Amino acid sequence: MSQQNRIEGGQIDRSKTLKFQWNGRWMSGYPGDTLASALMANGVRLVGRSFKCHRPRGIFSAGSEEPNALVQLRNGAAQEPNTRATTVELFDGLSATSQNHRGSLDWDLMAVNDVAAPFLSAGFYYKTFMWPKAFWEKLYEPVIRASAGLGRLSMKADPDVYDHGYLHCDLLVIGAGPTGLAAALAAGRAGARVILADEDFRPGGRLNAETYAVDGSAGSHWAGMAVVELSAMENIRLLTRTTVFGAYDHGIYGAIEKRTDHLADSRGKPRQVLWRIYSKRALLAAGAIERSIAFGNNDRPGIMLAGSVRTYVNRFGATPGQRVAVFTNNEDGLRTALDLRAKGIQVTTLDARKGDRIVDTRGRKGIRQALLADGRNLAVDCIAVSGGWSPTVALTCHHRGRPMWRDDIAGFVPGGELPPGLTVAGAANGTMTLGACLRDGHAKGAALAAELGAAGSTGDGPLAEDETFDITPFWHVTEARPRAWVDLQNDVTTKDLKQSRQEGFRSVEHLKRYTTLGMATDQGKTSNVLGLAVMAELDGHPIAETGTTIFRPPYTPVAIGAFAGRARGTDFRPYRLTPSHAWALENGADFVEAGLWLRAQWFKRPGEQGWRDSVDREAAAVRRSVGVCDVTTLGKIDIQGRDAAEFLNHIYANPFLKLPVGRVRYGLMLREDGVAYDDGTTARLSEHHFVMTTTTANAGTVFRNLEFARQCLWPDLDVHLISTTDAWAQFAVAGPNSRALLQKVVDDLDLSNAAFPFMACTNCTVFDGTPARVFRISFSGELAYEVAVPARFGGSMIRGLMAAGEEFGVVPYGTEALGVLRIEKGHPAGNELNGQTTARNLGLGGMVSKTKDAIGSKLSERAGMNRDDDLCLVGFKPKDRSVLLTAGAHFLTPGDPEDMAHDQGWMTSVAYSPELGHSVGLGFLKRGDSRIGETLRAYSPVRNQDTMVEVCSAHHIDPEGARQRG
Amino acid sequence: MIIPHPLLGPRDAAEFVYKGDATLIDRPDGLTASDDEMHDYAYLRDNPAGRHRELWYHEQGDRSWLVVTRDTRTHEILKVELARDVARAAGRAR
Repeated sequence: MSQQNRIEGGQIDRSKTLKFQWNGRWMSGYPGDTLASALMANGVRLVGRSFKCHRPRGIFSAGSEEPNALVQLRNGAAQEPNTRATTVELFDGLSATSQNHRGSLDWDLMAVNDVAAPFLSAGFYYKTFMWPKAFWEKLYEPVIRASAGLGRLSMKADPDVYDHGYLHCDLLVIGAGPTGLAAALAAGRAGARVILADEDFRPGGRLNAETYAVDGSAGSHWAGMAVVELSAMENIRLLTRTTVFGAYDHGIYGAIEKRTDHLADSRGKPRQVLWRIYSKRALLAAGAIERSIAFGNNDRPGIMLAGSVRTYVNRFGATPGQRVAVFTNNEDGLRTALDLRAKGIQVTTLDARKGDRIVDTRGRKGIRQALLADGRNLAVDCIAVSGGWSPTVALTCHHRGRPMWRDDIAGFVPGGELPPGLTVAGAANGTMTLGACLRDGHAKGAALAAELGAAGSTGDGPLAEDETFDITPFWHVTEARPRAWVDLQNDVTTKDLKQSRQEGFRSVEHLKRYTTLGMATDQGKTSNVLGLAVMAELDGHPIAETGTTIFRPPYTPVAIGAFAGRARGTDFRPYRLTPSHAWALENGADFVEAGLWLRAQWFKRPGEQGWRDSVDREAAAVRRSVGVCDVTTLGKIDIQGRDAAEFLNHIYANPFLKLPVGRVRYGLMLREDGVAYDDGTTARLSEHHFVMTTTTANAGTVFRNLEFARQCLWPDLDVHLISTTDAWAQFAVAGPNSRALLQKVVDDLDLSNAAFPFMACTNCTVFDGTPARVFRISFSGELAYEVAVPARFGGSMIRGLMAAGEEFGVVPYGTEALGVLRIEKGHPAGNELNGQTTARNLGLGGMVSKTKDAIGSKLSERAGMNRDDDLCLVGFKPKDRSVLLTAGAHFLTPGDPEDMAHDQGWMTSVAYSPELGHSVGLGFLKRGDSRIGETLRAYSPVRNQDTMVEVCSAHHIDPEGARQRG
Repeated sequence: MIIPHPLLGPRDAAEFVYKGDATLIDRPDGLTASDDEMHDYAYLRDNPAGRHRELWYHEQGDRSWLVVTRDTRTHEILKVELARDVARAAGRAR
């Protein structure tokens, strides 16, 4: 358990040792380590296998750009695949395993793919599995599925919680490296409200990884002092472990903060918070990411980015090797040699600018030898490669930005239209030296603060020297014979690029899709520019002409759980409870979701075997005596004003102008295209006061459309609307004994047929003074009323109604019995009002007034909606009365073939009628109104039913309506 | 997106419901319109790349219908009006 590669120095806390497990082996590290630095300190070089070829891979970088070191973190339900070891903060008890191998990491059975690599070249998916066709389902697909993907999901529910949050600021500074710190200090001192966000757990960026001095002290020390100053300012919010992953409209940024990922146990606190940051201005100070050079077998464990080698040595006190070759095309790469030598590590410098070339390497599970073009063989245990630095421009592309090539730094810098309000500073903008970055950050932070009206003194900007920056683009060792990797994560080599070019994929966007260059978790952070450069070289075009693919959010992967936040399980969306919910729970109700509502579906009584027992009993009890159903969920809209009647006359297809006070009318609403969309009853309580009901499902939409009509179509009508769905608890009291029951409940209101006839309504009081409304309306076809009380009385109202009804054997009934009753009666509901049917289809064509301008009435007169062979709503019963009908069955004339050319319509709703003792259905049938008595086939290949039915009136019971009027 | 509501100031787009082309305000009179006029009103919408006048409903707010002039390429919001004012200005009344 020795940390054999641990060296002196670094920003780690050696006073405390952390134990962690790697592939079941206990190792140790220190607070301040990442999993990657701890593995490195422990001498672990092989950490994973590549995606396609299962090549042995090691740690390649020291940040979120890591393509190789993807590990499976934690165990059990908390197991997380594809985690970058380079961003995982070490904690005591951490457990990680390598992934993407069958058998052990050392002896991966899938490594055979590497031998088969010639067959796995670019586009192999599109070419290989085409023949023979029969092999696809049985062989190819299962094999591909088994080998696809990197890590494995736990297949258990995520035990952690995730939160969403909202933040507001004047200035959002993205990145707390030298540029971001300088900017935040300037803007913060000036008095602007600043949020400074950085993905790392330690602010400072490259200052922590380099040995440069700022203001005369070590850069990392200066960064620490800057953090102290920022933390003391009330107008600054410093968000560490927070990645700003997307730039959205109007200054809104998405950020993910890791709150407990660095702890062994979240203790029920949110693991991550998804922030929506509303900013007036934003400053992108995301720095730059180093890239590699393509040479033969350049993917072996131990071959790393040169800047990352400095990070491990300087920040983490861990060295990737003892004999290091530095291969660079720029001055910055040489810093690695200097820093390593200062730590006593043996270094050979290979400068591409001077003609040095690595053509091949040896060492299967860790680099052993570098073979040079000049014939030398170097014994090495690490190659530090630098192909230059690419500014981190990702967020500048999230709207319409198109990065532009700059030859002098050999990199793409932000170009085109940036997200409004976004400024870019420092290395992200192509400013590649430390002194210049600090000056740029300070100046831009100060300027943005001033622009936002923060006028305080910004103080002096930090000072540092500008190191030499010199780069000669060099991308690809063309002398190399073996495969040279461009994209390590997707196993894209220079050969793949050549091949796809030969096959005609020349645009960068095509190249990306065909080869998968720059896809998956790292999104090509270290490989994109290299790939484009090799492509440009092949084309003989300058890179500026070849262009680049652009970036979309998120910058780094964000867990789906974080996007979901608290909206999971029963909290997926809000739900609403009816006023009688508590009572229904006490009385054995089963609930069903209806829109956002939970409604009682049926009330199970002791001894009932299944839902049908309960529903049959409830429906029969309503027809025999009396039942009560909570109908609060139906939309209720209060409509008042001198022009309320005229307004309703525009809204409903049937006339409403002359509805008398104290009466209710059934109304049908059409869409402007003439299709029926909602129905309900509207009561006139006084000359200028109406109460509309809508279906439960459309309550919100109808209200929205009424407001549209009121504000946009007839803006000068004197009419006002308010939704009162939640304000009134409403109960249907239905059945022959409903009058007797309700008469006991109302105060001083004569409910006799003469005094309160069918479709009457009134304000009244119940139970000695509780304000109420009574409507004599019927959905069941029985003598029935609906009674409404202010919602706060709903709970006592249901208990009062049940107590008053005891002598009549009153039953509560749920939505299923409600459905049975309306199907028996032939009332259309959602299955019939399905957004495709017209008033005429529903048998309500006569209601549509031709003498007024109502929404949809004009287009409902179209010839296409008035054909003679059109569908009509009719009833059906099985010839064999013991058969249960099936909704969705299609009607066929007996003897006709079963195809759509002979289709006669379909069954929309079915129910078992306890009243009639057999199954009944409603459905649409071509010319149905003239086919009563005909026998048809009801054919449902989906449900495997084929039965003979008789066409009948949709009104299975009481077609004359005598009961409801009685 | 943030929509500057003429009465309530800047509001998050999540509070609104989107309806689309603001020409929906220009509804012909159903009693006098020709079939073609009513058809065009019900079915034809512009879908421009650029400046677009569109209807938004502040459902999670004051229930105002707004006419928002927005660049569909950049989402820049150029103008926001109360739809009722727009309707009245277009001559709509009762």
